[in-house]
Amino acid sequence: MTLMTKPGIEPLRIEPEAIEEAAKLLYIRACKILPDDIKAGFARLDGSETDATAKTILATMIENIGVAERMDNLLCQDTGIPIFNVLVGRNVQVDGWALKQAIARGTERATRDHPLRSSVVHPITRRNEHTSCGERVPVINIDFTDVERELRIEMIPKGSGSENGSFLQMLIPADGVAAVKRFVVDRVIQAGGKVCPPTIVGVGVGGTSDLCMHLAKVAATRPLGSRCADAEGAALEAALSEAVNSLGIGPQGLGGDSTAFAVHVETAATHITMNPVAVNIQCHSARRASATFTADGIRIGF
Amino acid sequence: MTHHILPMPITEAQVRNLRAGDTVTLEETLYGIRDATQIHMFDQGRRTKFDLRGHAVIHTAPNLRKVDRSGTNHSGYEAVCVGTTTSDRMERFTRPLMEREGVRIIIGKGGLRDGSLEAFRDIGGAYLAVVGGAAALETTWIEAVEDVDLDDLNPEALYKFRIKGFGPLLVAMDSHGGSLFATVNAEAARRRQAVLEKLGAA
Repeated sequence: MTLMTKPGIEPLRIEPEAIEEAAKLLYIRACKILPDDIKAGFARLDGSETDATAKTILATMIENIGVAERMDNLLCQDTGIPIFNVLVGRNVQVDGWALKQAIARGTERATRDHPLRSSVVHPITRRNEHTSCGERVPVINIDFTDVERELRIEMIPKGSGSENGSFLQMLIPADGVAAVKRFVVDRVIQAGGKVCPPTIVGVGVGGTSDLCMHLAKVAATRPLGSRCADAEGAALEAALSEAVNSLGIGPQGLGGDSTAFAVHVETAATHITMNPVAVNIQCHSARRASATFTADGIRIGF
Repeated sequence: MTHHILPMPITEAQVRNLRAGDTVTLEETLYGIRDATQIHMFDQGRRTKFDLRGHAVIHTAPNLRKVDRSGTNHSGYEAVCVGTTTSDRMERFTRPLMEREGVRIIIGKGGLRDGSLEAFRDIGGAYLAVVGGAAALETTWIEAVEDVDLDDLNPEALYKFRIKGFGPLLVAMDSHGGSLFATVNAEAARRRQAVLEKLGAA
């Protein structure tokens, strides 16, 4: 009996050294180059914005994207909490423990060698080890996909201004979807300019409390232009996108139409007695970088 | 709407001359301050060697590279990337910063609350909004990290920056009760009901 592979198919083997190099590269790259979908989002907002102050602020943000690329500098001083999403395809062979350690080593080397500001501290002593690492950080999320012989690593430096705009409420079935909508609108009003708008408002609907908040993070860090796979969720994100951009909060909370690039929704089945909703917000510096390992080599992207 | 060029430090009269909606460019000196800096200064009784009277502080924690101390660089650091953090967390330090240290201007993003607005009115101060998340651009306005205090708090130490053409910044809260954030927040609250009705969630 073979436990590891299908007969005749050689698994894709990935060495920890390659993962460490990728983790280092991705952390630095994510901090410097904004994904194409976010740049397109800025162009769209700039085209539709009607408020003069808001137009000026959007122009400054767009200028900053160019300055960061020309000067090979960080888009934002907040290097965030490093998050790595590891997506393991079929017939991939990797030492999981070594993978986790390699990601932490790559993160630490990026922090020391570039250098990047270590934004990570002990939660009680507030001690900063200047490695961007600590207990359970980097955050590493591992999931499995149906793609043959491919491993994908997504890196997200999650800024704190927007991460502090995180909210969970265990609504009940009698509250209905109306309460879910009210919750999102009210939390966007509460967050105001503190979360560095224009934002991506991530909304989790359903699941357990922890899954619901994770869904909100997945939604907030999804590329612009992507849609919720669930039809009801997709309808909800369209309605909420229009709603939050009707509040007049605008870029940096100083007024205007451009409060959010989009509201993204992710859904999960939930309990008959539960109706959880979570909000997690991504700031306008919606940074991502990815490395895709295949038999042909490593592809770097967003 | 007036544009002001202010070589720092400034007087009470100069800061009271700023009105919400005006723009400002700062010159010469700016101090960087953060959560931990102010927790240590005001909750734990630590004092700074810097004379902050009449000066501006910016809510920041920079990315720095260690270098040798030489010439006018007394800090041992050079700036990699200097940007601005969310001010709201540091709301309760506005009045003590002004009363005890004599600070006249706070620069940040996202705004401060009513307590700060009252302190600006009572003592003479203003809040200038910088575009958050535009740190690569902001870094080009920083000439040097001249000095540092409370360095054990790195990157949340107290930094003295030499600046050139730091701005334009938007006067978002002034000493006359004006707050652009309060205006926007009130407008959002006013629009809320109509937004919820359209969602079928009123």
